[in-house]
Amino acid sequence: MKHTPTYGSKYRNVSPSKPNPRWGREEETEIFAQNVRRFRQGKLSEDDFRRFRLQHGAYGSRLQLNYSMVRIKIPGGEISPEQLEKIADLSESFSIGSAHVSTRQNIQLHWVQLEDVSEVMRGLVEVGLTTREACGNTVRNVMCSHYAGVCPDEAFDATPYSKAIARFFIRNPMCQNLPRKFKINFACCKDHGLVRIADIGLIPMIRDNRRGFRIYLGGGLGAASFIGHPLEDFTPEDRVLPTCMAAVRLFDRHGNRENMARNRMRYLVHEMGWEKFQRMVLKERSIVEMTTAISTAKLFDVKDLEGVNQSNETTLSHSLTKLPVLNDNVTPDSTKYERWLSTNVVPQKQAGYFTVFVTLEAGDITANQLRTLAGTIREISFEGVARNTPQQNFAIRYIKGEDLEEFHDKLMSIGLGGSGALTITSAVGCSGTTSCNLAITNSHRLAKEVQRKFLEMGYDTDEELRDSTIKVSGCPNSCGQHEIATIGFFGGASRIGNSMAPTYTMLFGGSAGENGELGKTIMRVPARKVIDTIKEIVKIYKNEMHVGQTLNQWITRVVKGEGTGQVRNVEDMKRLLIEVTQLPPVESEPELYKDYGNDVKFTAKTARGECAA
Amino acid sequence: MKNNPDNSNSLKQKEFKPNIINSNDRDLPVICDIDILRTLIRRDSARIVDVRKEEEYREGHIPTAVSLPLAQILSKDSPESIVEILENIGVSDKMPVIVYDDTFGALGARVAWTFQYVGHTNTSLLEVTFSKWRNLGLEIEKKVNTYPKTAHHININQEIYADAAYVEGAKESDNKVLVDSRERLNFLNEHIPGAKNIPYTMLGSDGNILRKPSEIKRFIENRGLSSDSEYITYCGSVGTLSGLTYYALKLVGIKNVKLYAKSFREWKSLGKPKEEFRDANYWDLSAE
Repeated sequence: MKHTPTYGSKYRNVSPSKPNPRWGREEETEIFAQNVRRFRQGKLSEDDFRRFRLQHGAYGSRLQLNYSMVRIKIPGGEISPEQLEKIADLSESFSIGSAHVSTRQNIQLHWVQLEDVSEVMRGLVEVGLTTREACGNTVRNVMCSHYAGVCPDEAFDATPYSKAIARFFIRNPMCQNLPRKFKINFACCKDHGLVRIADIGLIPMIRDNRRGFRIYLGGGLGAASFIGHPLEDFTPEDRVLPTCMAAVRLFDRHGNRENMARNRMRYLVHEMGWEKFQRMVLKERSIVEMTTAISTAKLFDVKDLEGVNQSNETTLSHSLTKLPVLNDNVTPDSTKYERWLSTNVVPQKQAGYFTVFVTLEAGDITANQLRTLAGTIREISFEGVARNTPQQNFAIRYIKGEDLEEFHDKLMSIGLGGSGALTITSAVGCSGTTSCNLAITNSHRLAKEVQRKFLEMGYDTDEELRDSTIKVSGCPNSCGQHEIATIGFFGGASRIGNSMAPTYTMLFGGSAGENGELGKTIMRVPARKVIDTIKEIVKIYKNEMHVGQTLNQWITRVVKGEGTGQVRNVEDMKRLLIEVTQLPPVESEPELYKDYGNDVKFTAKTARGECAA
Repeated sequence: MKNNPDNSNSLKQKEFKPNIINSNDRDLPVICDIDILRTLIRRDSARIVDVRKEEEYREGHIPTAVSLPLAQILSKDSPESIVEILENIGVSDKMPVIVYDDTFGALGARVAWTFQYVGHTNTSLLEVTFSKWRNLGLEIEKKVNTYPKTAHHININQEIYADAAYVEGAKESDNKVLVDSRERLNFLNEHIPGAKNIPYTMLGSDGNILRKPSEIKRFIENRGLSSDSEYITYCGSVGTLSGLTYYALKLVGIKNVKLYAKSFREWKSLGKPKEEFRDANYWDLSAE
């Protein structure tokens, strides 16, 4: 049976209960167009224009400031079919015919001519989307775990809270000129969500039958990364907004405005010391609570604005519906559908419903794929919306078991029926030298190459590799989140012999979630040897593992120096990998000294980053 | 599009009043809307030209249309041959001619431009593709139409034509705008020095070969370009995509537009200078 899901669906606990706010504003598109003209006429200085442009979500493109990367915010990661279709049209008209899912639940359109950015914004406003404060020194897109609302381990659905926080801070005068960008991430449970690598990370909890969160502060990835600190055991829901406001206010007041390289809140926390910062936040929160007007506090009324079902009845079904697998032992020779079922589909806490992941390559999706995906969501998902994930895929939820095969057929018809979304093969890659000024290497293409190669080798069907992740950044700045990967890489340039070569620094043992840890640096690997090196690691692991130990578990032990056999620690690992990471002389293999996607000699070219403008 | 208030601004389109349809000396608008075409069909007072492949024409076409695949025009592109083609499909000097395709207007545009180039000014492009016509449930017939041969004068319109030498000379002038109609990545990769990129993908919407004139006008104004300038359009190979751009610019009332029909393919084969951008791996962003 099919139905057309509508917002405010009568299906109990099928979110969203209300349509997303209309984030965009038409007048901003006109102002943007005017300012582009004023800038071109020399009436607006380059610095002023850059600040304005970033505040409105348009990032300069790699060594070509006449083009922008337009970053569309998807607060909470929730996006409707209508919005997907509009993005498809806009990417075709003004961008490159593909859109790109970022690691922070944005959707990016690349290589948009600066003069057309206002046209993209105009189209986005029509469907309620915005690019406002997607870049610049503002509160960036507020993330929420794509499992929120369907996760068997969650206390309650955090989605409405993430949207309420997003709505409170967007265009709010208190965060229009922060020392640096500010990131807020909501989780559903301790395992899903990036709570410890954000300025503010929140995990829903219930205490004494009251809703609230555990809040982490001062985390973040970058050239220097920190794991967030827990503020207190439990923060009741009515103190969530004051806590966030307190952190933003302290950062605004005390953050470093001089040194752009060290001005995220995590540096403030680090330099001041956590205990001191913690005391200041708690004190500031009391001040906020005493001085905030009721009308201001009302802007964060989750109940009123999101129609949240306040019942704390959390888990609907403790025994999850089993996947309708036909064959428990999936191999590379299984049918495409079986393989996809085992790597891209998970049961929800709602009996009979599944969440399906759409495998993209490094987050790229064409306009036509977006359109068909939108139609399929409308037709088959009982929730009727998509969520984009920090793994650069789409999660489509509330799919009935009997509709899974049809859903897969639809995906196959547009080339998106590939497997591996929840496995090691689904490599993350930032945009790298495809569009970013800061990038040194083509991390984007490398992530695609890794995914293709390992799918071809059937790594996605290997249960022991399944919980490992591979993430690639094109520079040390961590947009590819390499520090929370089982095996992470960030790009650089090295002199090898008498020639420069693109290389990656490899990290081991990073993880996300409440107990997340940052990866440890292992060694440098030439770009063209990354795939061979990962294959070698898997080979060594297969020789050294204990029965039942996954690759991820094994690597974590090695990083802690608790390995056994030939690989007790990182030093042993390095020794075993030296051979595979060597390049022959440039004269004999010049191709290995070039980066992916380049037919010319490698040179590290970068320009000024704009994150910190 | 007919009653669109956009047409009444300063860059106004030629007014077309259905009550003078029988008067053969009246020019068609740049883009012909469905209503006008249906009236013309009823009165049998225009020649409708289907530029799709002949097989497609045989499966069904707009009533009274003749088949004239684009390849036929491209294979014999001397003005004399084009005039002969017009004569063979029964077009006389003043007869309204409406061209359509099923390729978002680009093939039709190239044919319509060619007719105008050899002197058949009263040529217009249908506002929709054949698919949209069919999806709207409008009349379709399968009959293969032929018409008695007519005489047609040749009157070359150099005003709308540009060759490589002309394009090269245009660089020197501030008042000439070179427009590259190819998609963004092709343009980034290489283009004629000084060209502005208006990808053909910006021009159409929802089966209409061109957007509202107000939108196209805004795109041009956003780029800081003046409608008083002379525009020269080009694309990758034979002037189809840039043919559509030619009509988009005409639609918003720009007087002086030329098509460099042999486009970038010829430019490259002549070894003319190019602007290239190699500092980014933008091709790897495409999910194609």
